[in-house]
Amino acid sequence: MSNRQYIQGGIGLSEDDIQQGKVFFAEDSLNCRYAWDMGVAIERYLRELKNGRIIAKSCNECRRIMVPPRMFCELCFRPSDDWVFVQDTGVVNTFSICYVNWDASRIKPGETPHLPAVIEIDGASKGMGIMHRLGEVDPKDIKIGMRVKAVWKPAEERTGAITDIKYFKPYQEV
Amino acid sequence: MRKVAVIGAGMTKFVRRALETPKELSFEATKAALDSCGLRLEDIECVAHGSAPDAFDGVHQKGEYLADGCGGWNKPTMRVFVGGATGVHAIIHGWYHVASGMFDTCLVVCEEKMSNAMPHAQGFFLTIFDHTTERALQPNLLWIFALEKNRYMQRYGYTKEDMALVAVKNKNQGLKHPASQFKDPVTLEDILNSEVMAYPVNRLDVSPVSDGAAAVVLASEKVAKRLTDKPVWVEGVGWSLDTAYWGTRDLYYPRYTEHAARMAYKMAGIREPHKQINIAEPYDPFGYKALHHMEGLLLSPRGKTVQLLRDGYFDMDGNLPMCPSGGLLGVGNPIAAAGMMKICELFWQLRGEAGERQVPGNPKLGVAQAWGDLMQVSSVVVMGS
Ligand SMILES: [Zn+2]
Repeated sequence: MSNRQYIQGGIGLSEDDIQQGKVFFAEDSLNCRYAWDMGVAIERYLRELKNGRIIAKSCNECRRIMVPPRMFCELCFRPSDDWVFVQDTGVVNTFSICYVNWDASRIKPGETPHLPAVIEIDGASKGMGIMHRLGEVDPKDIKIGMRVKAVWKPAEERTGAITDIKYFKPYQEV
Repeated sequence: MRKVAVIGAGMTKFVRRALETPKELSFEATKAALDSCGLRLEDIECVAHGSAPDAFDGVHQKGEYLADGCGGWNKPTMRVFVGGATGVHAIIHGWYHVASGMFDTCLVVCEEKMSNAMPHAQGFFLTIFDHTTERALQPNLLWIFALEKNRYMQRYGYTKEDMALVAVKNKNQGLKHPASQFKDPVTLEDILNSEVMAYPVNRLDVSPVSDGAAAVVLASEKVAKRLTDKPVWVEGVGWSLDTAYWGTRDLYYPRYTEHAARMAYKMAGIREPHKQINIAEPYDPFGYKALHHMEGLLLSPRGKTVQLLRDGYFDMDGNLPMCPSGGLLGVGNPIAAAGMMKICELFWQLRGEAGERQVPGNPKLGVAQAWGDLMQVSSVVVMGS
């Protein structure tokens, strides 16, 4: 006995069916917008990014220094405690070399691929990383464990956004 | 808690773009599941369904919208959604409707139609990231997988070729599944030579977007024994959600999967899962994920999984056959429906009805798992004959 008889439906359409208008479809696009409030913790995080520095928050129970900062510790489930500045340097925990844009389109020939990474921030608790991008580096030279430092936009161009850090670049301590 | 059995299963074909609407797909799968156990909708007391982001359909009350196609008319009907984990989570959701004693029969239906989203469903995944601290960096879903896969490979010294073996295995196995959207066999070279999307992920390391639906019928012990002499029991269920601060978790190990698996094994009375489980259907949207999840499910020792894979341990005639359905890589990945497809597969396998995919040796115990949200949730179900 086989399950074949209990597989019904799922009529596949081809590109031709669509292109040549052999099937009807309705198109729609929304133009609705959001205005998100930043919240207490991220408001301060962004304000300090505008100042060219990274701020974290501590939990005095589990002793974590948490970045991005948060108003409550999700592990201890209590209000977090102190604002703490951390470094703008860190270590690459993992990375990718990505040839696809956010909407699944491909980057143009010759364009530098996207270089996303998780960066463990110096001064925050071990393993506390943020997602950002890498730059000023040949993709083939990127290594997990590599030390990196933030490259900031000039002060007058900063707007209080995660993109006030343009990217992180390889960094040798002197 | 009462014992709960799966007594019927059905699904649609998985296709790149379906003519049918989400409701029509749901109807096809639901009707097939009812037919498979000789029931009519009037025999069903409640409906539990699952579907992933509303954004794909652009109908932001998808549960209610789908209800008619799921047999939900004038019945207690409830939807769950935990991202990619929805398909396996939905049977847990249905399970407690019956286990609680409230209902004797429950339809569990999962549907996904990704092709509505233009130009590509990928773009809609931007909205799962934090709007302020992440979305401004214009991430896509491939980033998550590529970052996790790279970390996993680096931690254990696995190679891209090691990871590509999963796609070869699952895609060729999937050709035996009558619902698969694929027709052609692939080789290791095909995978490794396919376009690099986001190093270390190539195009053929990734399961395809799909449209489809899958459904099962659940019954209490009393009803199940009246209706079939081959009930498949839900022996254990588990689920766990980790923090959305995913940059804080080291991605090489899915600890939330282990939590969910331990919960399900404890309920099923399983002490040594790697010895007791006969079939595994780990979630495999990307090749490496199947291996990552085998470790989280405690079915393979951390860092040794590639060796076991290469040794044939996970082959159809191996010690622990992995993804006999062909998985998401081999059948297709209409998100919620893909997880439910794994439940259907365990049902057919444990009844000996899986046709040319049948795992030899009368398998008695299987586990299915799915994973979702910001790499933070796993749902695990153990089923036994
Ligand atoms: Zn704490």
